[in-house]
Amino acid sequence: MSRALRLLPIILLVWILGTLAWKLVQPSDPTIRSQLVNRQVPAFELPAAVPGVPPLRSSDLATGEPRLLNVFASWCVPCVAEASVLDELHAKGAKVDGIAIRDTPGAVAAFLERHGNPYTRIGSDRNSSVQLALGSAGVPETFVIDGKGVIRLQHIGPIKPEDVPGILAKLEEVR
Amino acid sequence: MRLLVLLALALASPLMAQSNMPSSYWAYRQLPDAKQEAQAQALMQELRCLVCQGQSIADSDAELAGDMRDLVRRRIAAGEKPGEIRAWLIDRYGDWVSYRPSTAPIAWPLWATPIILLIFGGAIVAGRLKRKKS
Repeated sequence: MSRALRLLPIILLVWILGTLAWKLVQPSDPTIRSQLVNRQVPAFELPAAVPGVPPLRSSDLATGEPRLLNVFASWCVPCVAEASVLDELHAKGAKVDGIAIRDTPGAVAAFLERHGNPYTRIGSDRNSSVQLALGSAGVPETFVIDGKGVIRLQHIGPIKPEDVPGILAKLEEVR
Repeated sequence: MRLLVLLALALASPLMAQSNMPSSYWAYRQLPDAKQEAQAQALMQELRCLVCQGQSIADSDAELAGDMRDLVRRRIAAGEKPGEIRAWLIDRYGDWVSYRPSTAPIAWPLWATPIILLIFGGAIVAGRLKRKKS
């Protein structure tokens, strides 16, 4: 047997150990991204989440101008922190629609009362079915949707004040 | 001090917020048709929970896992094939959501490795045996 062939198992072992060590020092990223970015919003039709705010259908997201689709819930703590940032985005001209996950009209109304209402429309997703259709894995998440109803960006977790310029730029970019 | 820590732990609310809505209809209910329920169970064992990653949706008590079981059972009851439901979820969340190893070309080296190693090992053993004889 040639010498190189004898070294092969050792080279393999070093390679495997190297990969393991590299994976160990690499911080793991458990974020699950939606595969729907750059694809059409799936068709859905949701009832109103709260009286006084219109319900949400997928066709409402293809109005010719870019919009934000915010997946939130009144029981979600980071959503409270995000609410004022959404208000700011709304004040700066962003159109925002919402999907309330597993929520009741009373709880959503109280949430809007307390934290302001940046939403044009809010759909009520009582069994997370539209959330699953969107490839979203939690609350809050925000999608930037262009005028044709194509998802252009998925923001996972609350939008922080420092994320505002980026989101506004993306809305402008997909216009 | 230890007691205080334990008490604080017991009283602390969990980080993972849960809604106060009841679970979806099929989250903790079996389908009346035993054959369909068996199909749904087999599929749910192989789908990953999105919240408590590392558990299957059959094992997890997270609300989103309950909603995913509801989705699986509802679609199976409507006559959809388990493979179609799996494909629908992979289309949204990527291969990651399914525990069943992919047979796509990217996974071929993984499938081939055991066979290659076996041939390699066989060749070494054959070589040694031959040398001993001579």
